[in-house]
Amino acid sequence: MSATIAPVTPREEYLTVDGCRTYTLRGGEGPPLLYIHGAGGGGVWQPWMNRLAQRHEIICPEMPGFGRSDTPDWFENIHDVAYFVLDLMAKLDLRGTQVVGSSLGGWIAAEAAVRDTARMAGLTLLGPSGLHVRGVPKPDIFLWTPEEMTRAMFHDQRLAEAVLGAPVSDEMLDRQLKNRFAAARLMWAPRGYDPHLEKWLHRIAIPALIVWGAQDQVLPAGPYAERWASLLPRATVRILDNCGHIPQVEQQDAFCATLESFIGSTQA
Amino acid sequence: MRFFFFHLMPYADLDPDYDQTHKSSWVTLPNSYYDAAKGADLYHRYLDELEYAAELGFEGVGVNEHHQNAYGLMPCPNVFAGMLARRMAPEAKICILGRALPVLSNPLSVAEEYAVLDNVTRGRIIAGFVRGIGAEYHSLAVNPTESHARFHEAHDLIIAAWTRPGPFAWDGKYYHFPHVNLWPRAYQNPHPPVWIPSQGSKETIEFAADPSRKYVYLQTAAPAATLFKTMQSYRDEAERQGYQSTPDQLGWSIKIYVAETDEIARAEAKPHIESFANKFLRMPQEYLLPPGYTSLASMKGLINSRKTITGGYRTMEQMLDQGTFICGSPQTVIDQLAAYQQKGGFNIVMAGLHFGTLPHALTMKNIEIFAKQVMPALRGATAPTEMARVAAE
Repeated sequence: MSATIAPVTPREEYLTVDGCRTYTLRGGEGPPLLYIHGAGGGGVWQPWMNRLAQRHEIICPEMPGFGRSDTPDWFENIHDVAYFVLDLMAKLDLRGTQVVGSSLGGWIAAEAAVRDTARMAGLTLLGPSGLHVRGVPKPDIFLWTPEEMTRAMFHDQRLAEAVLGAPVSDEMLDRQLKNRFAAARLMWAPRGYDPHLEKWLHRIAIPALIVWGAQDQVLPAGPYAERWASLLPRATVRILDNCGHIPQVEQQDAFCATLESFIGSTQA
Repeated sequence: MRFFFFHLMPYADLDPDYDQTHKSSWVTLPNSYYDAAKGADLYHRYLDELEYAAELGFEGVGVNEHHQNAYGLMPCPNVFAGMLARRMAPEAKICILGRALPVLSNPLSVAEEYAVLDNVTRGRIIAGFVRGIGAEYHSLAVNPTESHARFHEAHDLIIAAWTRPGPFAWDGKYYHFPHVNLWPRAYQNPHPPVWIPSQGSKETIEFAADPSRKYVYLQTAAPAATLFKTMQSYRDEAERQGYQSTPDQLGWSIKIYVAETDEIARAEAKPHIESFANKFLRMPQEYLLPPGYTSLASMKGLINSRKTITGGYRTMEQMLDQGTFICGSPQTVIDQLAAYQQKGGFNIVMAGLHFGTLPHALTMKNIEIFAKQVMPALRGATAPTEMARVAAE
């Protein structure tokens, strides 16, 4: 299905928001879709974006501290990044935005939405971190080797092997190191969550979509998707089978269909 | 040359085959491997060894801090200093090398503990400050990206608590105290000497050599080539800051084994120094270098240099070649230490005379031969005075 869609060539720009020079990819036309990447970093135009770009302008920034974006002095915790996201949306004067966040990006998106949803039409969280369910064991991602990390992202290990087998430039290695620093800054302790977030998720009055890979090895789908659904007032949950931590990559078509249907429902 | 005896207090009874099922003796090695009856015996044995060294005329003894591992069983070095304080030979100093400031939640309690020890020993405490190695940040869940900043603020707070009349307020970024007012005050004036053990980062050398501090810089866990470089960096930094450092500002922490002959020394030390390097020090890169523990640039350098060190089994012979271990007859050890001093320009030797699984009898013999045959020969040995000038040219 995705093969029939012509690839979109995004344009690269550097936006300055809160003094932070921010690498951003933008492509497509239509109501805005803001994508917030996970701990592994962003600034990559993923194949699913081609399909969504048929109906949306996709805005894909690298978060402060990550990749080609600056690491400003104020970059210290998840709240700083949440305010940055709100300021970025204001700077671009985005309205009726579909905010899509993956993993750490889901946590950032939720923290931003708790503060202000005025510029948002829908919130889609893909295997988000940010909450902690007591008694459910989680792996320590910071003890993983890069190979273990890559393997844990996917249910289908052929996808992991393709990533592991791909050539890596020095520039990409530098960016990966920087991304690890930034992720540690935000996630080290408490490990990938904010104990205060769950008290305020009820403020998010817009429709929310929770997408989780049934075989997610980073955050177990069952207890976590359920916790998010119980705290967000207007949440829909979709668990995708044969899928690890990155549904938008591993189950691209199912993910796109789910997201499109959700976006349709928010416009109804 | 001035001599101290340093102990790491490893869990020497560790099942050496643990590494068939576990990645490391740090952070995640199940503590079911620890037998408290054996551990209790080890603690008493190790404290006996420290007390014996003080008795034989070492200037002092050293303890340090590591958390949640089999490599070193002293999570609370001030407790060990407290146990030694009233039992040791009255002229011996106690070096705490050091407290790992960023991973502790309250630096003011570190200032208090040191001040108590300083009073009880009537000024025989040397206060070490470290950041703790990377694994500590996993074990105590402290954000490694804040390590440098917390270290500096905690240090400044402790020095202020020791030197500024209290009460005063501390309004830092990480630490906030409306009333800093230390009881007891430190015994030494203005405060206990501060030593900075480090693996040799540029930031740390600059910090220690600063003319407002002139802290003793103690090089740890590094090959001789690195030692010479960091000692020179310290002298250069002092020169750059407008003064000439002395050899008493520089120390080397090094594992040493001395016996009747070279052959005996090597045969006796080999299994134990190799257990130290390959079993107790065993740590994947992700444990040792958590993200943010050093700057991005330093991290890249470290990752590349560690690739060889974490690469495979390290033999005693490799360690001798690298200069991370000194082993031999008294004369061999004397000659090597003298040669290293000539090149390194340090006066302080922190001798690690116990390592890995070295048994009690051999440890005591090592301490005794070192104290009676090596130390007297080197007591008057000094680093060349013209070193700093030569280097600066």
